[in-house]
Amino acid sequence: MTTGLMSDIYIFVLAILVGYEVITKVPSTLHTPLMSASNAIHGIVIIGAVVTASQARTDAGYVLAFVAAFFAGMNVAGGYSLTDRMLQMFRKRPVPPAHDGTKELP
Amino acid sequence: MNSVTIAVDLAYLLAAAGFVVALHLMNSPATARKGSRLSWLGMIVAVAAALTSVIHDATITTTGWIVLSAGGVGGAAAGLVMARRVKMTDVPQVVSIFNAVGGGAAALVAAGDFVRLAGGSGISSRVMIATVLDIIVGPVTFSGSLIAAGKLQGWVSSRPVVFPGARLITAALTVVGVGASCYLLAGHDSTAMLILVVCAALAFGVTMTMPIGGADMPVVIALLNSFTGIAVAIAGFVIDNGGLIIGGALVGASGGILTVLMAQAMNRSVISVMLGGFGTGDSGPATGPAAVGAGASIRRISAEDAAIQLAYASKVIIVPGYGLAAAQAQHEAAELAALLAEHATVFFAIHPVAGRMPGHMNVLLAEANVPYTDLKEMDAANPEFPTADVALVVGANDVTNPAARRPGNPVSGMPILNVDQAKSVIVIKRSMGHGYAGIDNELYTDPKTGMFFADAKSGLAEIIASVKALVAS
Repeated sequence: MTTGLMSDIYIFVLAILVGYEVITKVPSTLHTPLMSASNAIHGIVIIGAVVTASQARTDAGYVLAFVAAFFAGMNVAGGYSLTDRMLQMFRKRPVPPAHDGTKELP
Repeated sequence: MNSVTIAVDLAYLLAAAGFVVALHLMNSPATARKGSRLSWLGMIVAVAAALTSVIHDATITTTGWIVLSAGGVGGAAAGLVMARRVKMTDVPQVVSIFNAVGGGAAALVAAGDFVRLAGGSGISSRVMIATVLDIIVGPVTFSGSLIAAGKLQGWVSSRPVVFPGARLITAALTVVGVGASCYLLAGHDSTAMLILVVCAALAFGVTMTMPIGGADMPVVIALLNSFTGIAVAIAGFVIDNGGLIIGGALVGASGGILTVLMAQAMNRSVISVMLGGFGTGDSGPATGPAAVGAGASIRRISAEDAAIQLAYASKVIIVPGYGLAAAQAQHEAAELAALLAEHATVFFAIHPVAGRMPGHMNVLLAEANVPYTDLKEMDAANPEFPTADVALVVGANDVTNPAARRPGNPVSGMPILNVDQAKSVIVIKRSMGHGYAGIDNELYTDPKTGMFFADAKSGLAEIIASVKALVAS
């Protein structure tokens, strides 16, 4: 498994460097949504829960798989939902509201 | 390697690429939502691939399916309810809880793998190392994040909780945890030892987070976010899955960057934050206006005075701080900005640590309908102060203290907003109480500064009423 381990380490180190490059460009205005978005991305652990459930054969294994699936499901669904909810609030300046015109009427 | 395995691996790669592009799209508020949706798409592809793989291998039992779907659907429902219902001021708590469950899930995946292999043909040292790391990092993240969420929510005291012998307990937990880990690493697949390590790590997460004060929470949440990412990446090593490794590594990097940025913006080292015992809770001592330092004189103004200055200014910069978030005054601040914008240039200058987590203030103001083009970062805002007629500081303290430019005091070297360079300054503040750094703010005794002593929410409401009265007359 040495090759597998080495390529895993390659992937890990390169992904950290890519993450560093990409994330340093995120403006501080978006740091809270960024943290929530990265939160959602670590919801990928749900794949781990799927694997755990697929290999479970004992009661202990099933309990671990259930809790892992519950936690990961909460992480992934909540993370994306919250991120989207926050980002939809970031709007451009709206077109001048109509009431400006009506206010000027004699 | 059959065609299904290849397809599944390619799907993981596609998902990972989607995450990277999604994070790249977060470099602007204009594209960020598209990025978030792309990331969501990537996640769906990855989950579909995992399920395809499991169905194809036909290894999962019926009980396994029931457990997986019940857990996954139940958890997802709980997560959706939390994300939909949370108030924007409480987002840091929920982010912290999602950190906790992510770290917890990673540890459980590692533990599940261990329980399956224990007592069998032996666990390879490579899997064992990753498992041991995961059952340390995961539980520490889990309990640490829950305590952090409790502190933010007010269920746990936000003051640094330090009791005699606390450091000793932490040290003892470290010894127990490391000892049991070494026993496992020596090739003994003992489930009892695994449980011991998990318990020690859970307790360690508590003793690590309890002494940290409420004001340090932006650093702590970012750090725990990074821990969760690392825990997930290690789970990827345990089950040999590139998707988990890449996803976890991206989050680890993101959390790490934010941790360092936050610590820099607070003028503290990450180490000193983690050692804790510093700072107070949410509400500093309310000493009252009389507590001003000897020899310094301040100029008190009323809401009407502030309104006159603001109504006749052609350029106003609003500097919101922690006090504004604590008083939930973001809607009043947005209303005042909109009112003034009818005759003047108005924008918000936002310090990186304003709020309760990195970038929190921007979300609060965005929720109050402030367009993101009016939210300026420190570096973009600072050159604007010399041409501003009025800088209106609401509930911000240390981040506006000009003493930071001089060496030899607690805020020296801290990045600040150059509020003192504006032509005039109005400060809305409850009292002359000190900020986090515990020193006088020289801005308040500057002759061009007017102090309006009020709660951020009611003070802004009074100013809005006065400005409206002026404009109407």
